[in-house]
Parts: sequence; C-alpha cells; structure tokens
Amino acid sequence: MDLRIHRRALLLGATGAAAAATTGLKTPAVAQNAPIRLGWLTTLEGPFATGGQDSFRCMQMLLEQHNSQAGGRRIEVVRESSNAQADVALARARKLAEQDRVDVIIGPLSGAEGIALRDYSRTLSGKTIVNGSSGASDTTLRNASPNFFRFSTDGTQWMAGLGNHVRRTMNVQEVAVLAGDYAFPYAQVFGFSLEFCRAGGRATYLFSPLGTTDFSSIIARIPRTAGALVVVHGGTDGLAFMTQYAQAGGNLPLLGGSIMADQTMLSARGPHRRIMMGMVSAGPLADVHEEPSWKEFVARYRARWLNEGGFQSPSIHGFNYYTALQGVLMALEQVRGDVGGDQKAFQAALAGLRFKNAMGADLHLDHNRQAVSDIFLNRIEERDGRAQTVTFGRTPQVNQTLGVPEAQFLALGAPSRDNTGCVAAS
Amino acid sequence: MEGSLAVTVALNGLTLAALYFIVASGFSLIFGLMRTVNMAHGSLYLVGAYVGYAVFEPLYDRDAWWAWYAGVGAGIAAAAVFGLAMQAALLGWMQGQELRQALVTIGVSIVAADQLLAVFGGNPRQFFPPDALFGATELPGLGRYPTFRLVQIGVAVAVGLGLWLLLNRTKLGLMVRAGVDDRQMLTALGVNVPLVSLAVFALGAGLAGLGGVIGGSAQPFAQGVDVRFLLTSLVVVIVGGMGSVAGTAVGALLVGMAEQIGQALFPTYSVILTFLIMAAVLALRPQGILGRPA
Repeated sequence: MDLRIHRRALLLGATGAAAAATTGLKTPAVAQNAPIRLGWLTTLEGPFATGGQDSFRCMQMLLEQHNSQAGGRRIEVVRESSNAQADVALARARKLAEQDRVDVIIGPLSGAEGIALRDYSRTLSGKTIVNGSSGASDTTLRNASPNFFRFSTDGTQWMAGLGNHVRRTMNVQEVAVLAGDYAFPYAQVFGFSLEFCRAGGRATYLFSPLGTTDFSSIIARIPRTAGALVVVHGGTDGLAFMTQYAQAGGNLPLLGGSIMADQTMLSARGPHRRIMMGMVSAGPLADVHEEPSWKEFVARYRARWLNEGGFQSPSIHGFNYYTALQGVLMALEQVRGDVGGDQKAFQAALAGLRFKNAMGADLHLDHNRQAVSDIFLNRIEERDGRAQTVTFGRTPQVNQTLGVPEAQFLALGAPSRDNTGCVAAS
Repeated sequence: MEGSLAVTVALNGLTLAALYFIVASGFSLIFGLMRTVNMAHGSLYLVGAYVGYAVFEPLYDRDAWWAWYAGVGAGIAAAAVFGLAMQAALLGWMQGQELRQALVTIGVSIVAADQLLAVFGGNPRQFFPPDALFGATELPGLGRYPTFRLVQIGVAVAVGLGLWLLLNRTKLGLMVRAGVDDRQMLTALGVNVPLVSLAVFALGAGLAGLGGVIGGSAQPFAQGVDVRFLLTSLVVVIVGGMGSVAGTAVGALLVGMAEQIGQALFPTYSVILTFLIMAAVLALRPQGILGRPA
C-alpha cells in the first residue's frame, strides 16, 4: 500500500501534480487524500514545560489558520513530548519516525536535544527534521546534516549586540556571567563574550547544571568587582536564581540571555520582578515591537489563547516553533504537498525559502540550512500595567558566526564551559 | 575558599539539608513500617505544593496575612489524603509484595504528574510567605541572609522533634516501632496493623506535602520537581539508613552539605559528590550510616 502511493507520486512528479491541481483536474484519490503527517516534538515535562506548551499553542494557531491544509493536502499532527534531555528526545523522535511514520518532525526545544536529533536525522532517509526552538550553535554549524533545517536563529546569534551594549553604552569593564551548564547557554555565553571581550571587557563565569533551583552558593561567589550580571538561565532555573538574588539583596545591573527576559519569567509573580525592571537582553523577539505584522501576530495569539492558559504574548519557544511551521507549510505549498521522492523537492524548497518572520525580520537559510535573520535589543519596561520586553535596538541579518569569517570562527572551537569565546581583539 | 564564603556555603548546606530532611523523613517513616518503597513520594511533594498553591493564591491576591499558613495546611492535608487513598486503594492489599508495590507507585507517580500538568499547567510557581519570614536577616559576619532559609531549619527541627516524641512517647509510636521489628507478632497481639499502616502512610505523605509547601517557598516548583525530590529522598534515606529518623537527619545533612559545597567548588560536577557519598556508604555500610542490618 505504502509502496503504491510512493510510485504514483513519483510518476506524477511535481510538475504533473501542480498542473493537475491548477487546471482543476482530479488527481488520484490516494495521493489527494493521504494526509501529510507532521510530528510535533517539544517538552511538556521538565524545566521547559511552559515553553513546550506554548510551542504547541503557536503551531496549533497557525495550523488552524491554514485549515490544517498545505499544498492541497490535509495535515495530520502527532504530538510528542520529551523532558529536555537528549536521550528522551531521541527516543520520542524515533517513535515519531518509525512507529507513527510522520513525514516531517518539528522539534526539539532545547540545546542538547537538537544535537541528538541532528545526528538522528542523518540516519533517516526520505524524512526531514525541522528544528523547533533548540538553539545550540553546533547543531547546524559543525557536522550539519543534509535533512536538518533550522528556521530559528541560534543561541549565539541571539546575543548579537549585547556585548557591545554592556561594554560601550553601559561602560561596564567586568561582568559575572551566570549560565546553565549545557549546550544552549554555552552558545549564548559564547555570543556575548565574543563581542564583550573584543571590546575590552573581562568576565567571570559561573556555570550550574540545568535543574539547579538552589543558587545561594553560586550567588555567594559573584565577585565583588563585577559591575553587572549576565544571566543565561531560563525557565524554573531562571526564576529560582532571580528570586534568590533579589532575596539576597542583590543590586547589580542585570543583563539577560534570550530565555531569561521571557514571558515565562515575567508572568510569574514574586520579588524577582523588582530587580528585573530595566533589564536589557537580546533575542529574536520582544513583547512590544512596533511592527504591524508582530502586533497582528500578538493580537491573534492573545485572542486565541489568553483564556486558555496562554501568556500575555507569545514566548520565544512558541515564536520559534511558529516560524518553523511557517517554513514547513510554505515549502509544502511550493511542492504542492509532494513529500515523495525521498523529499528531495520538499527539502530544496525549504532550503530556498526567503520570508519575513512574525517580527518582520527578513529570514533565509545559509549553506548549513541555518537561519540568518535580525536580532533585537530589548529592555524590560512597565507597559499596560505589566512587565514587558520592548525593542530598542536591532542588529540586521546576523549570521551564525556573528560576522566573523567562518573559518576564523570555527577555529575558536566549539562553545563549552571551558571555551567561552572570551578572546580579546588582537 | 575565603572565610565568609565558607560560612555562607555551610549555612546554605544546613538549610538545604533541613528541607531534604522534612521530605525524606516521610519517605523513611513509610518504608520503616511497611517496607514500601514509595516511588510516588515525589508526587506527594508536588501534590502538596500545587494544592497548597491553589489555596494560597486567591488569598494572597486578597492580601490575607494568613494566606501562606492556609497554603501550608492545605498542602499537608492534600498530600495526606492522597497518600491515604493510595494506601487504602492500592498498596494495602499487596502488603509485603515489595516489587509490586514499587511498580504500582511508579505508575501512580506517572499518572499524578500528567494530571498535575493538565490541571495546573507547566508554569513555575512559588509561594510567598509573610514578610516577616521572607525578607533578609542581618547575620553577624555574614551580612544579609534570606530569612526563610533559617525558617526551614526551624521547621525541620520541629518535625524531627515531633517525630521523635511521636515514635518514642506515644502509643501509636510504640505500635509503629513494634511493627518495624515484627509485623506478624504485632498482628498476633491484636493490633489493627492495617489501620496503623494507614495512619503512618498519611503522616508520611503529610510530611511530603509540608515539604512541598516549604520547598515551594524556598525555591520555585514546576513539573519535574517530583522526580528530583524522589531521587534526593532515596539518596538521603539510603545514606542515613532506612526507617530511622536520626539516620534521615544524618543523611539529609550529608547530602545537603555535599550539594552546596560541590556547587561552590566545582559546580559542574557537584551532582557526582552526592552519588559518591551514596556509593561509599553502600560499599562500606550497606544498611546506611544509622541503619540496622536487615
């Protein structure tokens, strides 16, 4: 049965199918009715459960807008959840690909999971993985896999502009960087340090494992000479750190990684809100951004989800998954829903996409199938009676190496706890 | 490590140990009497935290000063009822079949985690105790130190003392201790052991619920915290000795200290320290530091 669909799709070919559809000819019932199966993989367990929920919300909203159709075929979705651990993400991806027989997987959400799925994608033939929201740079920068696509910018890219802001605009010499001890924060720390240290700054790094909720001993180790804190934690860890830093009476200026100044944090109540006012962060989105497409997106999100547990505005994970699904749907439209032929046509369409994401930033993929797009500097302000991130700066078309020539960037080595990217300008 | 940092870290270790003791004492109690390895103990913690929060939040919004105390009460009650139901409906009739009980409780914990996610969502939450308990206290030589962490020690000492009195000075305690030694003999003496079991299970579960609210005030809680506290309870009880209150205290102290010292000295590998302690105890004294040989 499976084989027959395959053959027919092949026989028809992309042009045939397109012609048939446009001229109103009836395409064979099998090809027309068999839905395209998408596997949505995110995390509904563990530290990023909130981001995972929001990813599903944003994608569901987009799919509803498209009437669950793309390229003339029905879209069927299989949802799966991991807990932000690479082995679990891999097991769930296997389940999606091998048992549920999905055509495309959209996911995963966090750093190490992304690298695991990139490696897994190489073992798959005729299937595509489109990254959800995971932001480790190595996922696409080193050992890129031909059928792994990423329409979101990575953790290193997200920090573009922040290092210079701290060193030049705020005129801070030395910072303490507090970060989670796994792939995504490494990438963020790397992006920050690359700019900051080139501009002559110095930094102390304090890493702690993902899932740390007691930061008191880490807080005790912040050097007295530090002029600002760069906090690259997210989710529960971020909330725990901020609450405990506020409780300990901390008062250094705060700068945030991209999942720090997120609605996950801002919508939680507590003493951390006081110290987070005015915090500057960098990332691919903000709550308040004067761009019609963004305002429309936020309004749509709020209308759909505010009464069903949604945030005041979409989270970074929701936004990234939304962009990924946008890419997938556009490519499916282009190939008229043809995911046969080892998905070669579909993947070529994905690779060639150029569009504006919801933030109104131009987006295209580089030779590693990694997004190049705009990054924003945001400040947390009180708007409409609640804390929101507001854009005040923009770094256009940030690529994965932050403008450093690729060979030179690769020579710096992969971001890790021991390779923070803090190299002074020569 | 400079002096004041060392003191801060030691104090952090002590306060974290206090929280671990509150949670693990319930686990140890249940195991001691019933030999049930309750793999749903983390769920009890989370049930206590979430139900407590559901009671706490609307009151907090109305600025009721007793909001937090009501949350504590609700958390304990909810976890106790949940534990009671578990013992009555599931575990009671498979008494003595340890493997089966362990598997059933794992099942319960999975179901509970999904239900909690469905009802309460994935947002991290945190309790805010009254200002008197939540601010910072000026400590000589240390500067400002979060008051609530000191409260944790107070609660742990109260729990420890209460348990000791209960076990050593009351009739129920007498029966529990007798039950730990010889269940069958106790039954033969006419004691309604299933009823005692229910009481102990409710007490142990209530302690987990108390831990949930106290822990949820000290650090945020969210989905997944249940596994962390189950694991910690297991390690604490294995190190200290199954079924001994004093052992649980010793285990909690070692694990809490190890975590904080590890975090200060080598954050990346701090988890290993905890398990090294466990491995060492298992190698040298398999019954735990204060445990009695089986």
